[in-house]
Amino acid sequence: MSTFSWITQLLYVVAASGFVLGLHMMNNPATARRGNQVSTGGMVAAIAVTLAIVIHAGAISATGWTVMLAGTLVGSAIGLYYARTVHMTAMPQLVSIFNAVGGGAAALVAIHDYMRLTDAGLHVQTSTTVTTLLDVVIGSVTFSGSIIAAGKLQGLITSAPVSFPGARIVNLLLAVIVLGTGGYLIATPSLLGLLVVIIAALVFGVSMVMPIGGADMPVVISLLNAFTGTAVAMAGFVINNWALIIAGALVGASGGILTKLMADAMNRSIRNIIVGGFGTGDTAVAAVGASGSIQSVTADDAAIQLAYASKVIIVPGYGLAAAQAQHEVAALADLLESRGVDVSYAIHPVAGRMPGHMNVLLAEANVPYPQLKEMDDVNPEFARTDVALVIGANDVTNPAARRAGTAISGMPILDVDQAKSIIVIKRSMGHGYAGIDNELYANPKTSMYFADAKTALTELTAAVKTLVG
Amino acid sequence: MSTALLTDLTIFILSLWVGFEVISKVPATLHTPLMSAANSIHGIVLAGAMLIAVTANNAVGYVIAFVAAAFAAMNVVGGYVVTGRMLKMFKKRPAAPAADSSTNGRSA
Repeated sequence: MSTFSWITQLLYVVAASGFVLGLHMMNNPATARRGNQVSTGGMVAAIAVTLAIVIHAGAISATGWTVMLAGTLVGSAIGLYYARTVHMTAMPQLVSIFNAVGGGAAALVAIHDYMRLTDAGLHVQTSTTVTTLLDVVIGSVTFSGSIIAAGKLQGLITSAPVSFPGARIVNLLLAVIVLGTGGYLIATPSLLGLLVVIIAALVFGVSMVMPIGGADMPVVISLLNAFTGTAVAMAGFVINNWALIIAGALVGASGGILTKLMADAMNRSIRNIIVGGFGTGDTAVAAVGASGSIQSVTADDAAIQLAYASKVIIVPGYGLAAAQAQHEVAALADLLESRGVDVSYAIHPVAGRMPGHMNVLLAEANVPYPQLKEMDDVNPEFARTDVALVIGANDVTNPAARRAGTAISGMPILDVDQAKSIIVIKRSMGHGYAGIDNELYANPKTSMYFADAKTALTELTAAVKTLVG
Repeated sequence: MSTALLTDLTIFILSLWVGFEVISKVPATLHTPLMSAANSIHGIVLAGAMLIAVTANNAVGYVIAFVAAAFAAMNVVGGYVVTGRMLKMFKKRPAAPAADSSTNGRSA
């Protein structure tokens, strides 16, 4: 090993340490921002080392330089534009697109390496073929799957599950093609064979995500994130680069953990989501009569309850984000706080379209993060709470989850029904995605305020001001 | 099995464990920035894309090198910028009105 290789390898390890340290600093909102800077530093170092390797090798052609620099500049400009302009509500789409391009780039790295070997008629080692296949398959599935996921999140493709008869057979057929061709490639290197694998994997990505409903998106994005990480690690195996292996493994682990957390929070197994695909789109609007008597409340009555409470917990759900009412809820919370009411937010892990989405939306509305409470921390507090204000959250507040035999049995929920009184802001008596009645609404302590979240919160804030201002 | 492959596998598996350890300590509040940060980290594939350009010697190779570099650069630059933008919004107390004017996300 030459001195140059020694130095570059060591610098890659320094860069990788930056990634680990950066992720470690994400364990607290106070240090997270510096963590991101540390991680960025690691990345700059890794790219600088790679540039040094490219120059040192001395083999790059003028066209090679042009292509590399032009590609990097174009990509950076597009990335920068979207990163600067994206709305926080559209964050899941952006993350999906970044998953797509990351997975796509990882697949391309292996494809190019394979082309180089087969073009030169060189012997391809079995280990190289296997890692190339893994990279290309995972990368291609991630690429097409993430684009479909982004399309669904953006509303370009219906967020309802799209399924057709025989879909399972098609998927099985695709798997057979990939495995069969892959097996053949180990014995006989062939670029055409690799192309067949790529196409089958791209189609599989589409057919995997199409049947998955909008409500299951937090799981799907996390899973595709894990896939991208794994694809990048495999690309590292192919070109024997430690930085790619370490970074890819870290992302794979992160995506894996988030996938598990999201699936648990939705009471679904990962297999069930991928194979079953029954999660529907957004909350149905159709009014359905719930059992038990429902009491509705006017803005003035609700305002009085809130203004004279000593402790209020706000329970935001996706309905709040869909109505773009984060700023309105923050304004109401500020007003209540200025009257000395203790206000906090109870956030269910799947309140949003990706893990932790609701926290970002509220942070954007200037809600201080100590007020954002996680499910396990906030649940014991409901018993001491005067008013729980539920906005656009449904299944995650349904006490039916505690009993056996319902569609949501066993799902972790927020113990909203323990509060002394409950106000639910909701457009109608429609069901959540589980499609069952929410027993919370029939609770004698609950009053329903039927309105769009934005209108309701504006009216409530106005009512609090006029009544007690 | 070659030594290089064994080394690569060792690094991969140990990194997975480090990842599980480190990431399981991230609070749910930060899961979106975490995923976005992880996203930027897999932008390291830009290093792989740059190395393609060294060995590319025909039109197909150059197209692949260009697309891979563009994809990876979009991933890495966009990822870090948007993560930074999100983390900037997490504050312990609401910002003073003067400091608030710099946040670009807030819409009326």
